[in-house]
Amino acid sequence: MTTNTSRGTATWMQRNRMTVTPILFLLPGLIFFAVYVISPIFQSFNISLYQWDGLGEARYIGLENYRELATDRNFEISLWNNVRWLLLYLLAIPLGLFIALFLNQTVVGIRLYKSLFFFPFVLSQVVVGLVFSWFYLPREGLLNAGLQMLGMGSVNILGDPDLATYGIIAAGLWPQTAYCMILYLTGLNAVDPEQVEAGRLDGAKGWKMLWYVILPQLKPATFIAFVVTIIGALRSFDLISIMTNGGPFGSTRVLSFYMFEQALGEYGFRMGYGSAIAVVLFLIMLVFIAYFLWQMWRDDRAARHG
Amino acid sequence: MRSIFKTGAAALAMTTILAGGALADAHGALSGTLRISSDMSNPGPRAVMEGLAAEFDAMHPDLSVELTVVDREAWKTQIRNVLSANPPDVVNWYAANRMAPFVNAGLFMDITDWWDAGDFEGLESVRGALTQDDRVWGIPYTYYQWGVYYREDIFNELGLSEPATWEEELANCQVIVDSGRACYTIGTKFLWTAGGWFDYLNMRTNGFDFHMALARGEVPWTDDRVRATFANWRQLIDMGGFIADHQTYSWQEALPFMINGEATAYLMGNFAVDQLRNGGLTDDQLDFYQFPVITPGLPQGEDAPTDTFHVAAGAQNVDAARAFLQYVASAEVQTRINGPEGLGQLPVNANASVADDEFIQQGFEMLSQNAQGGIAQFFDRDWPAEMASIGMEGLQEFMVFPDNLDDILARLEAARQRVY
Repeated sequence: MTTNTSRGTATWMQRNRMTVTPILFLLPGLIFFAVYVISPIFQSFNISLYQWDGLGEARYIGLENYRELATDRNFEISLWNNVRWLLLYLLAIPLGLFIALFLNQTVVGIRLYKSLFFFPFVLSQVVVGLVFSWFYLPREGLLNAGLQMLGMGSVNILGDPDLATYGIIAAGLWPQTAYCMILYLTGLNAVDPEQVEAGRLDGAKGWKMLWYVILPQLKPATFIAFVVTIIGALRSFDLISIMTNGGPFGSTRVLSFYMFEQALGEYGFRMGYGSAIAVVLFLIMLVFIAYFLWQMWRDDRAARHG
Repeated sequence: MRSIFKTGAAALAMTTILAGGALADAHGALSGTLRISSDMSNPGPRAVMEGLAAEFDAMHPDLSVELTVVDREAWKTQIRNVLSANPPDVVNWYAANRMAPFVNAGLFMDITDWWDAGDFEGLESVRGALTQDDRVWGIPYTYYQWGVYYREDIFNELGLSEPATWEEELANCQVIVDSGRACYTIGTKFLWTAGGWFDYLNMRTNGFDFHMALARGEVPWTDDRVRATFANWRQLIDMGGFIADHQTYSWQEALPFMINGEATAYLMGNFAVDQLRNGGLTDDQLDFYQFPVITPGLPQGEDAPTDTFHVAAGAQNVDAARAFLQYVASAEVQTRINGPEGLGQLPVNANASVADDEFIQQGFEMLSQNAQGGIAQFFDRDWPAEMASIGMEGLQEFMVFPDNLDDILARLEAARQRVY
């Protein structure tokens, strides 16, 4: 009875403290997230239904922007380039893993070697782009100097519409590999030596050891490496802008770059069309976001239920 | 980047008296603040703009001039935000079609009355470039010629003279190519340089009027006359007239080819002269000629991009803005800011005197006496923005893969039908 009366006299706040407190703490973050992340997403959806130059009246045109996208060759090129980026950028994960395995030993000066391998990740993307565009220069570049020493003809990678995207991806892989390497190096520290020992007693070595004993223990590192690499591939904007500016004749554009050009570039200001591209890009990202969230939720549940 | 001019005014009092004549009646009335947003951010132009603001400030004791200088490239996108929210009184921009979005959105003030009232004496010849829908939307303050800048010393070595016709041009180019050089350097990474080539080839092949009709979207890109332009262009491309790998270079990165003598000429605006001189070429090694005639008898049209001042529709201090435009356009100020100490370009006022510089003099002569066809602004200013960007991309592709011409023209034609 006494508990009942005290519950009756307790204020609403006291009764719901366990629920209200976390909500209050989360509220500022949630508000900012809603205003600056969630609502712009819906705004983009909305603007993509209009023809608007950002200054005058916006004119409602329904799905016309999307219909134009379907026939726009530049959009198609950008979309395929995004796919190339997503697939080839994943090479950073195995590359990073092998460098990490290679560096995961104790010899004199290993710290120095590790920092040297990590070095490209510290550079800004802009610097990486500049360095690689000099490296690729058709006449003065290091690459062509090397090819000429080997007696081969010169190649203008960034000037060739068939090669330019791969050239930029290679430049992007340089820092991304370093990033994955550092993730795996920390992961390798956490590998249980007893399991390695047990595996060795059972006769595992080389590839088998790597595949069945080491890699399963590196699963969290692999997941993070996958996440950051996918994000990196979708953020390829700066490299493209620095190295080719989308050229030659638009062959290295990706969706984010094309969106920027159409909506905010010097000759653009087609806000509706740019938003339509942004919506498509968002839907592609949504696939990955959904996968990441689902994966995290599953891990979380597994951890809680043992 | 904001600076308010009130100090150091006394030092400029002398020039004030010189420039003030025509404006004397307006002096007493001006008060408050005049806010100017400028894109003259390169060191030379910046000094000119800051000088103008300081001097105008000194001329009007009750008026304070507030100058904001924005990076020239950044301004191309920022101007939209600046004009739509809390606009300044006076802004920099470009003539012709580049004005259209702001005129259509009602962000530039219609100043036709000021022109009609005789505010801008001596500027009549350039009024057309600032006119849209029969109203005038601003004033120019400087312009510069385009043309062929070439290595005089290499021409002399090979026994060549300035070509006046397309046949002479091709013959010259053959000699240059045979000597192991390229006729022209060009860097098309940022596309617009190819636009200059198209402008000239098309104006010379089909004439200025056809060129502008194409810009207005009245002629299909698949027209045979357009193809004729590209056929002429292809003659130069096929003979190895242009440097290789130009799609990888910016226009500045293409300069060393000319400075090192691997290419003999550059179709460029007059702003290249400064860079060529800085690169170590003397005026004995450099010279200029007008783009040769292709179709005989056609009056020659020229590219001469014009930079402008406009009054924002939401300007607070319209009187001061009007006085400032008058001041900038006056012959004395025009002579000074376009002189060798200033912008080193052509003054827009017919009564201003032209700087004593080999190239500016030649350009002035060419534009005033040998451009009966008309003055074009430039590919990316005469064409609507969307068409310009698709167009220049096609032009670059043509220069690298001339065989793709049919595909390129079909694409441009599809864009034309959508854009206009």
